Amino acid sequence: MRLSFENINKGLVIKLDGELDHHTAEEIRDEIDREIEHYGAKNIIFDLSGMNFMDSSGIGVIIGRYKKVSKMGGEVAVVNINSRVERIFKMSGLFNIVKRFESKTQAVDSL
Amino acid sequence: MSIQNHMRLEFLSKSQNEAFARVVVASFAAQLDPTIEELADVKTAVSEAVTNAIIHGYEDKIGNVIIECSIQDNKIEIMIIDHGKGIDDVEEARQPLYTSKPELERSGMGFTVMETFMDEVEIQSLKDVGTKIRMVKRFESR
Ligand SMILES: Nc1ncnc2c1ncn2[C@@H]1O[C@H](COP(=O)(O)OP(=O)(O)OP(=O)(O)O)[C@@H](O)[C@H]1O
Ligand SMILES: [Mg+2]
Repeated sequence: MRLSFENINKGLVIKLDGELDHHTAEEIRDEIDREIEHYGAKNIIFDLSGMNFMDSSGIGVIIGRYKKVSKMGGEVAVVNINSRVERIFKMSGLFNIVKRFESKTQAVDSL
Repeated sequence: MSIQNHMRLEFLSKSQNEAFARVVVASFAAQLDPTIEELADVKTAVSEAVTNAIIHGYEDKIGNVIIECSIQDNKIEIMIIDHGKGIDDVEEARQPLYTSKPELERSGMGFTVMETFMDEVEIQSLKDVGTKIRMVKRFESR
């Protein structure tokens, strides 16, 4: 799993490339939290265009980050979600707390 | 009807083996000529059951996880076995959003994912003896 970060206004875009399971979740969780703190990011946007596998461990990662930023009044969004990951999001009710947008810029502008 | 192919895999309950396990099972299932979607269903379900064996079955200990797969016509049967601590209440464990480890950021969706992506999911578990998950997937594409 490869992580990259891009800071746009008050939003932090987090791009996840690879497979998100329990093993990789453990590797990226702390790094994501450090970056959120480092940038003082209010809102975070997950770019999932390069994420080719996710299981329920990914749900935990998203909910955990949601809890973190929502305490400070921030929001979580996703862009470029593929149909499989979308199924898991729907199944777990993640779209009740995570907004989806067509593009990064749209997400940053709307949050 | 008899079993036409079978494999058995055993590995340590280390998280880096989660990806290994789902790739091995998917490669074995490939002989049934599944669609990409069907193969992804199998991978995801295997990942869930193996992860559960590692984090709930063995917790902080290291033990063996065993996978057995059998092929019969257009159907694959997958067993995922651990000799860990077992499940107290299987009915409760199956409930969507039930997790015994919220502090580890688990969401309690693993069994729901398995049930959604596979045609059959059976749980056999005995406290302090272990857990066996039996899952079946039929590949309709053939
Ligand atoms: N192999 C196992 N050994 C012992 N307990 C298990 C095992 N598999 C599942 N369980 C129990 O069943 C519960 C539900 O499992 P499930 O996979 O649905 O959710 P989870 O693992 O807690 O969360 P998630 O899969 O969403 O990360 C677990 O919290 C655990 O208590
Ligand atoms: Mg689980």
